[in-house]
Amino acid sequence: MSTLAAGKTRSVDSRVMPFVRSQATLLSLLAVVVVWVVVWSMTKGQQTLEIGGAQLTDAHQWFARRAHSIEDSATAGTNPVFVATNAVADALNWVVEHLQMLFTVPVFPRPVPQVGWFGIVAIAGWVSFAVAGLRSLVLVVVSLLVFGALGLWETSIDTLIITFVSVALAVAVGVPIAIWMAHSKAVTAIVTPFLDVMQTMPSFSYLLPIAIIFGIGSAAAVVVIFIYAAPPVIRITAHGIRSIAASTLEATESLGQTAWQRLTKVELPMAKRTIIVGVNQTTMAALAMAIIAGYIDSPGLGQNVLSALQRNQLGNAAVAGLAIVLMAIMLDRTTTAASESSRSTKAPGAADPRWRRYSLIGGGVATLVAVWLSHTQLSLNTFPSRPDIGTPIADVVDNFADWLRRDLSGFTGSIQVKFTNFLLNPLQDLIANSPWFVTGAVILAIATIIGGWKALAVSVACLAGIYYTDLWNNAMITITSVLVATVIVMVLALALGVAMGRNKRADQLIRPLLDAAQTIPAFIYLIPILILFLPNRFTAIVAGVIYAVPVATKLVADGIRGVSPTTVEAAESAGTSRLQMITKVQIPMAKSSLVLAANQGLLYVLSMVVLGGMVGAGALGGDIVTGFRQGTFVGRGLAAAVAVVLIGIMLDRITSFGAQRTHSVWPASADNTRATGRTAAAQVA
Amino acid sequence: MSTKQSPDTATQPTLAVADLWKIFGPKADSLIGTPDAELPRSELLAKTGCVAAVKDISFEVAPGEVFVVMGLSGSGKSTLVRCLTRLVEPTAGKVVIDGNDMTSASAAKLRELRRNYVSMVFQHFGLLPHRRVIDNVSYGLEIRGVGKAERRQRAAEIIDLVGLKGNENSFPDQLSGGMQQRVGLARALAGDPSLLLFDEPFSALDPLIRRDMQNEVIRLQADLQKTMLFITHDLQEAIKLGDRILIMRDGALVQVGTPAEIVAHPADAYVKDFVSDVPKSHVLTLRYVMRPPRPDDSHEGPVMSSDTIVWQAARAALESDHVVQVVDDGRLVGIVDDAAILRVVVAEEDAVESVSV
Repeated sequence: MSTLAAGKTRSVDSRVMPFVRSQATLLSLLAVVVVWVVVWSMTKGQQTLEIGGAQLTDAHQWFARRAHSIEDSATAGTNPVFVATNAVADALNWVVEHLQMLFTVPVFPRPVPQVGWFGIVAIAGWVSFAVAGLRSLVLVVVSLLVFGALGLWETSIDTLIITFVSVALAVAVGVPIAIWMAHSKAVTAIVTPFLDVMQTMPSFSYLLPIAIIFGIGSAAAVVVIFIYAAPPVIRITAHGIRSIAASTLEATESLGQTAWQRLTKVELPMAKRTIIVGVNQTTMAALAMAIIAGYIDSPGLGQNVLSALQRNQLGNAAVAGLAIVLMAIMLDRTTTAASESSRSTKAPGAADPRWRRYSLIGGGVATLVAVWLSHTQLSLNTFPSRPDIGTPIADVVDNFADWLRRDLSGFTGSIQVKFTNFLLNPLQDLIANSPWFVTGAVILAIATIIGGWKALAVSVACLAGIYYTDLWNNAMITITSVLVATVIVMVLALALGVAMGRNKRADQLIRPLLDAAQTIPAFIYLIPILILFLPNRFTAIVAGVIYAVPVATKLVADGIRGVSPTTVEAAESAGTSRLQMITKVQIPMAKSSLVLAANQGLLYVLSMVVLGGMVGAGALGGDIVTGFRQGTFVGRGLAAAVAVVLIGIMLDRITSFGAQRTHSVWPASADNTRATGRTAAAQVA
Repeated sequence: MSTKQSPDTATQPTLAVADLWKIFGPKADSLIGTPDAELPRSELLAKTGCVAAVKDISFEVAPGEVFVVMGLSGSGKSTLVRCLTRLVEPTAGKVVIDGNDMTSASAAKLRELRRNYVSMVFQHFGLLPHRRVIDNVSYGLEIRGVGKAERRQRAAEIIDLVGLKGNENSFPDQLSGGMQQRVGLARALAGDPSLLLFDEPFSALDPLIRRDMQNEVIRLQADLQKTMLFITHDLQEAIKLGDRILIMRDGALVQVGTPAEIVAHPADAYVKDFVSDVPKSHVLTLRYVMRPPRPDDSHEGPVMSSDTIVWQAARAALESDHVVQVVDDGRLVGIVDDAAILRVVVAEEDAVESVSV
């Protein structure tokens, strides 16, 4: 009897508590902010830990010494770890260099590469026909010709080489790991946190350390891309194998198959389509990162974008951007078609396999001939300089940019100035201009209120780490931008997500736009935003918002759609108005999705705000970018990268623990969304 | 269907199961032999956190026999059949198929036994969606290492046998449920096993298709004389197919016997409740309704075997003015009069009415 009573009390508590908690949470958050503002008004400007833009502290020198000693021992080859990383670097460089020597770089005594453009177009066309069919062949051939006509032939092919080597590495390493994960819960438990970190860590923060360890150039680029792009194929492959029907496994098992037969004859063929979806996600992520890897001297289009942005040649940047977008579309469509054609062979009326075989053989022969011709004929080796569509496009963009600057930037500039003066600056004043211990205490208080003791513990560690990087003030400025951008993201995500979740047509209208925004490498929309708003913090925030809105919106929409139709119907029959339905039924019931959306929004914004360092956002992003450009600032760049990771961990943990407290089933769905969240989006319906 | 007979104890049984236990939960094997293992399910669960799915089951199946295991969902019958080939590892007990001890076999030996001695047909088919029908059917041969030409030929024969000719190159999802299960059946037959296991193979099919498939099994059994162990929750199906039926409840054996034995003499109220809807005149033989002969009985009426089903005897018995003489091997063993026939038939109408009301 007594246990029964206790159980009852507990269940009542758990139903009432979240409500009580959210009221209490709001009140205490408000109290914290009020106290903060009062303290700030009396102490502002003191002990902000601000340092000069060019100042290097002992901590930064320490980081620089670490970097140099790593570089030294990497060159000396005495430390076993660096022996291993050197071997990896050598192997990767060897592969990339040889592919380049084959396709893009002439080797003495030949004045031109071994295989010319005609041969490359033929090879790419034949491969895409073999894996994805006729339509992909057309798309790939046209895209390649456009790259050439834009005047970006060599760097486009270099980007493709780097992307393919990275994807091949991700598949070769990732699929075996995924198979292991699918069969072992222990392995899953060990690997998953690594994948989480790989996906949530802002890519800019590990660019520099990896470049130091693997040496600037192709090898480091491939490793960086691997870190960023491998998680999707690992997660999705493991998921595909794990979701094979138990009845099929049991039935084939009862026939006496070996473990190897089960893997090769049942699991891999049945998961094939899912695995290709994973390869698609990984390819898209790899391309995005291949551009960013231009920072560490990776060959490819990233170089074009960077040099154009650095010289403020918006036209050239736009042309390179166009090539990147086209390449993204080409790779996305081809891998998607590959996953579809892996199934369509079974459709009735599919092409006669014999016809397919003959055309593959014929195409193969033609490809070999084309390769030979491009090897021997100069006109088929070096891409013709005419027609040139790159220069006119660059001119048009430059003229357009001039017009924007002249006629529109007054307007957009005033928006930017108002936003900066009335929202960004006061907030930054509060966060960054309070004494460091005041802001620190406030962050810890907020962390505790939202995420509880565990969040407090993580935040203490992260803030201590940030303190010791000697970049406290810059970190607070970055946090300000992240928070402002996240608030905007959430407002937009709520508006769009609720509309999509409630209305099918809105969903059909908005979703492709979101998909497109996610498919385009983030680098690209910096260009028009730069034109409109000039390099400053606001521009970085706008870019971060564009980057994060799609993910957050989809999560909100899925949450709203996930509300049980019976509940909605019941509420409707009780006479609920539309506004009441949204505010009292759908949003509260989708609360865990909203928190997850905020969590993902924060992390996306953070990685973009860092990228914004190169468009004048300053703060930590600026420190990192300077670290790349100038050897003397390597230590400070590394310290900034560490600070960014710490901010990421802190914000992620506060929101995750907060979400777990609002909803006990959150971790499971979070896992799912994490698995697909960043990546599953590119599937245009 | 084969004639209903008791297994011939002189020959080696195709399947022998002795003292088989399966308990799910922590430290399950330490429970065997303790008084706890005998507890009813809910008490066992409360006390130890374990669930006894199969409790101390023993039976034998003779060559060529169709043996049906029947029980409601949760009675442990699906676990039982999985224990036989160790798709579910039994906690204790012994399973012998054609003289081969399954329970002590090493992984490699078990694989060899699964490949050559026993095949299973599953409720949800378990076909490979990426393979054509013919490659599904030949999968068992393929993993044994049979060459492509040979296994294709063998698979084509079996596909013909189960009435799927012309569908060899279809993919499973292009077939109806009934046809998919024919593929499952063909896959099981392709390896020419000594023992066929059926785990509720027709439960997922609609009633008309289910009847077709039952008849298909009866036809194949007549042609091939395979030994079959058939799991079902449907007593009608059990009676239609089974030479003998084993009834399970909460993991334990309740009764085992021929359909007529079970209908005529249900072991307890549970079985009685089960058989109450069965049309008895279609199951009971004259042996179960006859009375001992008396000296004054007429000898002018029809003479019938004691294995004759009541409804088959009814017309002749009622039309004749004399009682039916029941004989076994030419020896008079009993008498059936009109009243005995009517008792079975009328009782049934009562049952049918009570169902329809």
